[in-house]
Amino acid sequence: MNITQILFWLLSVMALFGAMMVITSKNPVYSVLWLILTFFSISGHYILLNAQFLAIVNIIVYAGAIMVLFLFVIMLMNLNKNTEPQKHRWVKFIGAIAGGCLLLVLVAALRNTEVKGQSALLNQGNIGLIQNLGKELFSTYVVPFEISSILFLSAMVGAVVIGRKE
Amino acid sequence: MPINYYIFLSIALFCIGITGVLTRRNAIIIFMCIELMLNAVNLLLVAFSKMHFRVAAEAGNINTTAGTDGQLFVFFIMVVAAAEVSVGLAIIVMMYRNIHSVDVNFLNRLKH
Repeated sequence: MNITQILFWLLSVMALFGAMMVITSKNPVYSVLWLILTFFSISGHYILLNAQFLAIVNIIVYAGAIMVLFLFVIMLMNLNKNTEPQKHRWVKFIGAIAGGCLLLVLVAALRNTEVKGQSALLNQGNIGLIQNLGKELFSTYVVPFEISSILFLSAMVGAVVIGRKE
Repeated sequence: MPINYYIFLSIALFCIGITGVLTRRNAIIIFMCIELMLNAVNLLLVAFSKMHFRVAAEAGNINTTAGTDGQLFVFFIMVVAAAEVSVGLAIIVMMYRNIHSVDVNFLNRLKH
């Protein structure tokens, strides 16, 4: 087992553990912090796959901007363990069973897929670097890129309109 | 790494997100679980893009850019997710201002 495989398993365990803690933490602030850990380990996976641009964007956009926004809203509302609404125990149990069934079905369906012999190339290949992605983004995907700027503008206007006081 | 490992890791993260949506009542946590599901899909897209790159590279062309599309899709998913979060959190803040709670069970009739 070389260092890459060890890192893969470590990051996978970190991501899954963080995700489990997100949905089991009573305090919403802890959930946000565990989700940040999950996002960092997913960024680690991106670095392992040599998708450096996406790793940095993931850290900046998700772990940086979006999670700070979540934390800010939670602290603004002063949510904590005492105000956390709890579902009934049976409803939680049924939800966990339903999620587990979906997991079981998907794993069973994809256990013997055609791609079984394939593998993802780790720490090699330069398609994930900014040079290649930038060229492609500003030539083939320039129209979606510009449309996404309009999407951002409309999202900003929407957030301001929704969030203002009546 | 074998692509199967990435598939199963992504499925596991996605199902944890689904379970979170089903078992929690706090609207913000539900929203965070949706982000988790988006990230699971992103991870799988990047893994598949590297798989396609490997297949193209092993077929002989050295300067191949196969798999670039997948990574750009991930980029656009992140763009859409950022826009979605800004609008969604604004809606949650408005909801908190009106009913002083983030419990989704208060909103089961979409009015109050």
